[in-house]
Amino acid sequence: MDLYLPVANISVNALVIILLGGGVGFLSGMFGVGGGFLTTPLLIVYGISPTVAAASAASQVTGSSISGVSAHFRRGGVDMKMGGVMVIGGVMGSLAGAGLFSLLQQTGQIDTVIAILYVVLLGSVGSLMATESIRAIRSSRSGTPSRPRKRRHHPLVASLPLRTRFYASGLYISPLAPLLLGFGVGILTTLLGIGGGFILIPAMLYLLGMQTRVVVGTSLFQTLFVTASATMTHALTTKAVDIVLAALLLLGSVTGAQIGVRFAQKIKPEYLRLALAVLVLLVAFRMALGLGWRPDEIYSVEPL
Amino acid sequence: MRRALALLMLAPLLLGAAKPVLVPDVSQRDIDIIYSFTGAELLLFGAILYPRGRVPDPGKDQADIVIVVKGPTEAVQVREKQKVAGIWVNAERMRYRSAPTFYAVASSRPLDTIVDDRTRAIYEMGLDRLQLSPASGTSADTQQRFAAGLVDLRRRHGLYYESPDAVEITDGVLYRARIPIPARVPVGRFTAETFLVRDGHVLAAATREIIIRKSGFERFVARAANHASLLYGLCAVALSVVLGWGAGALWRRF
Repeated sequence: MDLYLPVANISVNALVIILLGGGVGFLSGMFGVGGGFLTTPLLIVYGISPTVAAASAASQVTGSSISGVSAHFRRGGVDMKMGGVMVIGGVMGSLAGAGLFSLLQQTGQIDTVIAILYVVLLGSVGSLMATESIRAIRSSRSGTPSRPRKRRHHPLVASLPLRTRFYASGLYISPLAPLLLGFGVGILTTLLGIGGGFILIPAMLYLLGMQTRVVVGTSLFQTLFVTASATMTHALTTKAVDIVLAALLLLGSVTGAQIGVRFAQKIKPEYLRLALAVLVLLVAFRMALGLGWRPDEIYSVEPL
Repeated sequence: MRRALALLMLAPLLLGAAKPVLVPDVSQRDIDIIYSFTGAELLLFGAILYPRGRVPDPGKDQADIVIVVKGPTEAVQVREKQKVAGIWVNAERMRYRSAPTFYAVASSRPLDTIVDDRTRAIYEMGLDRLQLSPASGTSADTQQRFAAGLVDLRRRHGLYYESPDAVEITDGVLYRARIPIPARVPVGRFTAETFLVRDGHVLAAATREIIIRKSGFERFVARAANHASLLYGLCAVALSVVLGWGAGALWRRF
């Protein structure tokens, strides 16, 4: 079923896009990540221009995070105060990201920067997750429960001024820490079209030392607002949001996400984390190869 | 004096009568892009009118037809990747002031057998004869390399192509050619130029315009994205919120 995308200016097979959204949605429901780090590269492979891909993938992440947020919210798993501070930082970051995006576009290095960022971020987060989950699997097999890590925030975070209480997270820290974290992830959201959950969650656990119960919900809360803001930023600056493409991706991903959530309940969480780590490392490895191998296209054309 | 002037004004017509005239047409003057658009096929056809209806013997001095279809031109920047410190990055670049967004040339025989290089350059016949007007002054070698890269890229996207033998001539008088237009075609004003060529000379030329535009819902969406960006962005966000929420609510029932 062919469908013409009015902003991307290309005709695509609607079923392929819906299935692509469904596959990414399934993974995002299963692992609790937005899945933007898969959608954007896959759309580019399909022949959609990188700008349109990043702009439209952001709205898909909005859609797949909203049902997660509402579920966590009912369970009291969202720290509204922490989330609010992160959203403020994230929105500012997404605006800064848009400026950086057009600057890099002018110098022609946007593709390289995106690829290097993907390799570094996915590679480091993926290997962290892999070692952590393998350790967890080993300890559960040998029967010796691993000593629970003492929850505490990074000394750098403790040194920041203006401390305040975040009751739901069980923290007494400066709001500057989550603000800066949100800002950094906001930049990545606009640049890469990703939600940033796979960076936020480890940072919230290990840098801020938040209570595990509210980490996923608060991260999804931040993702929801910052991807919405990134969609708006793209709509106003690059004008590259294709609403038809976004609708197709959403149709697939919201359904896939629900199936993924049910599937995940049957699997042990440490195996899930290992599978996600392998997936993340594979994407990073493919990107790294792409940097070193001779690309298919030596030349690229852009209108002035 | 007045009679002489009238004669002078009539002169081109009288002279023209000794030359053949082309009467071209296209199957579609307007191509509307709607949701099901997967590309189009233009049929270009017409007649060659010889003076006093005398058609030259086929085979003896055969006339050829060359059809050039061009999309709107745009200024582009071509970047070239090079390996720097182990990774491939965009290194050199070249700007062109007028690169056609679409270019197709169809002819009744291979181009190099019917016209010489000079004529091809004048009428922009052939992918190697495009006048791209480079804006950055560099050596001819570099320009050649970048132009080849641009043409190759667009040829593989189906936006540039040459099809020798695509023009069929019937009884030396009627001609027709099919020009496929790919789905990723840009919108705008296209021109279809038809040339009648004999002995390496262009005897007659005629031009028809084709307008390609988005229509209906596609036009509405593209216009909204460009002219009502704020509202459009809000709609995109609202759509994702409603779909995400709706699916969650729907699935909780199961």
